[in-house]
Amino acid sequence: MSTLWPRIEPLLARVEKPARYIGMEQGSVAPEHRPDQVSWLLVYPDTYEIGLPNQGLQILYEILNERDDAVAERAYAPWVDLEAQLRGHELPLFSVDTHRAAGAFDVLGFNLSAELVYTNLLNCLDLAGVPIRSADRPAGAPLVVTGGHFTFNPEPLADFVDAFVIGDGEEVVGEISEVVGAWKRSGRGSREAVLHDLATIPGVYVPSMYEVDYDGPFIREVRPRHPDVPARVDKRTVADLADWPYPKHQLVPLVEVVHDRLNVEIFRGCTRGCRFCQAGMITRPVRERPEEQVRTMVREGLRRTGYDEVALTSLSSADFSGIDRVVADLVNSQEGTGCVSLSLPSLRVDAFTVGIASEIQKVRRTGLTFAPEAGTWRMRQVINKLITEEDLYAAVDGAYSQGWRRVKLYFLIGLPTEMDDDTLGIAQLARNVVEIGRRYTKGASCTASVGGFVPKPHTPFQWFGQNGIDELRRKVGLVRDALRKSGAQVRWHDPEATFAEGIASRGDRRVGRVIERVWRDGGTFQEWSERFDLGRWLDAMAAEGLDADWYVTRHRTEDEVLPWDHIAAGLHRDFLWQDWKAALAEHGLPDCRWTPCYDCGVCTDYALEHVVASPVAPAGGSQGTGQDLSRGHEVPVELVRARA
Amino acid sequence: MRGDAGFPVRLRFAKRGKVRFVSHRDVARAFERAFRIEQLPLAFTHGFSPRPKVSFGLALSLGYESDAEYLDVELGEPVAVESLPERLSAALPDGLAVTAVAALADRAPSLQESITSIEYRLALTGLGPQPLGVAVDRAWASTELPVTTTRKGKRVVEDVRPSISRLHVLGEELRAFDRPGEIDLPEINLPEVNLEVATKPRGVRPAEVITVLRELAGAEEPVGEDRVLRTCQWIERDGVRLEPLIADRRSPTPSGAGARALEVCA
Repeated sequence: MSTLWPRIEPLLARVEKPARYIGMEQGSVAPEHRPDQVSWLLVYPDTYEIGLPNQGLQILYEILNERDDAVAERAYAPWVDLEAQLRGHELPLFSVDTHRAAGAFDVLGFNLSAELVYTNLLNCLDLAGVPIRSADRPAGAPLVVTGGHFTFNPEPLADFVDAFVIGDGEEVVGEISEVVGAWKRSGRGSREAVLHDLATIPGVYVPSMYEVDYDGPFIREVRPRHPDVPARVDKRTVADLADWPYPKHQLVPLVEVVHDRLNVEIFRGCTRGCRFCQAGMITRPVRERPEEQVRTMVREGLRRTGYDEVALTSLSSADFSGIDRVVADLVNSQEGTGCVSLSLPSLRVDAFTVGIASEIQKVRRTGLTFAPEAGTWRMRQVINKLITEEDLYAAVDGAYSQGWRRVKLYFLIGLPTEMDDDTLGIAQLARNVVEIGRRYTKGASCTASVGGFVPKPHTPFQWFGQNGIDELRRKVGLVRDALRKSGAQVRWHDPEATFAEGIASRGDRRVGRVIERVWRDGGTFQEWSERFDLGRWLDAMAAEGLDADWYVTRHRTEDEVLPWDHIAAGLHRDFLWQDWKAALAEHGLPDCRWTPCYDCGVCTDYALEHVVASPVAPAGGSQGTGQDLSRGHEVPVELVRARA
Repeated sequence: MRGDAGFPVRLRFAKRGKVRFVSHRDVARAFERAFRIEQLPLAFTHGFSPRPKVSFGLALSLGYESDAEYLDVELGEPVAVESLPERLSAALPDGLAVTAVAALADRAPSLQESITSIEYRLALTGLGPQPLGVAVDRAWASTELPVTTTRKGKRVVEDVRPSISRLHVLGEELRAFDRPGEIDLPEINLPEVNLEVATKPRGVRPAEVITVLRELAGAEEPVGEDRVLRTCQWIERDGVRLEPLIADRRSPTPSGAGARALEVCA
């Protein structure tokens, strides 16, 4: 048995929170590895506390371990103290399940959930003893596969990852296991051959099978190197969530982690159409889990795990058909285990939602969070988050009047067409919220959390030039100054980190070398503010002869080949461009779950349909049946022109 | 107030193997989940933020193992206490096992205020039996053992000797760390020290005694991981030393292995 435990164990007494590295979670397995099976190490390249709850990883862990031809274990990025110990003792990255060396697995499957973890992926590969560049890997080295939302622009990691999975992974991991199994049985012959075979699986993108031609700084074309490799890789979509009631055995960690509760996914996909939101664009259509299955998963999950909290997870969870009924039933049918609390992590901004919140939070009404995202109605029309001020104030009034004392509001700054009036609108909203709160309690507080907007691939804003650091700082300052002595607090995301995210978000293959330099310079755990240093990123860009502003703050033109154009989320480019124009014209777009199809491309191209139990929008509010799609003012400036 | 809302019980449990790296607080959370898995409703505190009525004894440092941890809980309704060790152990992570239970008298004083002394086994790495024996003898024979520690940000020197009531090297046949099947590392076969410390006048941490022994032996750096096992906790009352399950039990005969604990620890 090839466990490294006896060598790792003595190191754990010297590191912070050693329980992160012992595994032993309820629901975990310690699989035997048979030679005829494909062994997967599922790696979340961030700390255990952040990575363990990841539902995508847990779902694949179960699906793979249920297969006869595969086994799966898990690993997380060791914190810097353990990393130093491992390197000092010449020990590799290891699985937490059986403490097996990462390099002994057939497939290293990474989950990518943020741009700033890219350097951690390289660090994990290096710790595993696997050459970081795909081209340098010997035939028998583990295959490096990556999934998660961030694979929708795979190019910055194209040099390091052997294969990307685009879209839902439930079905495709089995298909990959079959291809890798055949390769393994044939004695791991040519690596090129297995990569070629992987590239023919729908939804799998193998970057080494594609050539990129450049035209100066621009991309001319991305072409497949073989006739049977698709020119465009389409995402995979699980048509019906009812067929995939995973995780069946959610992991219960011994250390406290983020989202430390039972999590039940109630639907996948969102067609609210918020134009800044990549998750909503790339996960279409909406697929609701049957209500009865939700109830069963909650009931059995609570009984099995002993958790006293369950979250119903999805984007905009209050949009689930009959959410009020489901919530009321769950709250009223608790089976003798004391207080179980329920949470909806993503709340809509209206009184209906507050009604649900008051149903589920009968005690401990401390804080409620809403995300109006922008400070003025005009700006919210641009981003298609059509919340009226009346709705926000009604929601806030409902919250304070029913005993909540803290309201947190999420906003984006640096949105397309944003004027100072829009930015200052954030402060005005927050002031008004405090004023409403003080009618009910002297201790009412409101926190406005502002983050710089990073344009994302496969969204209508993919052509927009991100605000620079100084501009974001200035806007943070506007909000902060306007809220002095107002009773509202301001929190903001570091504009320098936002800038680095911008480099990776819409980067191309050449940015890979920048990521490698940042990593070689010691830049791991970049999403941790105490470890982030923009200087590393700018130095690396300069060293590679790349212009950071060209990548981050430049508006793209309609005819520019974008680095991710050969990856398809199903959204027609025409639709995205039209929606971008509609944004600039301050036109809203309705939610196609409840209104006629406007043919974004996903359902028609992929022969999919919404799976939604209720044919009508939820009651009440500007985000429900009262959607206001009226046209705003004329657009003051034309931001984008085709390149001459 | 203890006992005013429910049915108080005292549990003894072991923490062995990999779970020794789980913090005191996280062990408490694991117990809360285990009670819910077994549908053993706990009594809750009243007030704005109700909490289950659970209280642990003296915290065990991260990385130490124990055969003698105690936990007082107040159940919402009476249960067959003899069923608790098996039910809870099944619902707890590997390495955490409830070994004995006693129904607790109403108004029993808390573990924190009751425990008067604690016994440990220490297995020190990088120190052979000979130098270790010499160090132990010298420590035991000395009238004071100053250690440097930090209190409220200030470095202070304190004497740990008055709290040490037992310190000797164990014969090989009594070693705790090489019993097969109980720990993960079969190759551990280190000389072991039996240590008993009083909780007054000053609680002494095993790490402080280990530091003293290393200094006396002239071997300051551990080679691997020093292992510490808490073996017993005692409540001394009116000159009689009592195992905590016996001390404040509701019924005259404790259930499970409670009685046997006296033999093991004595």
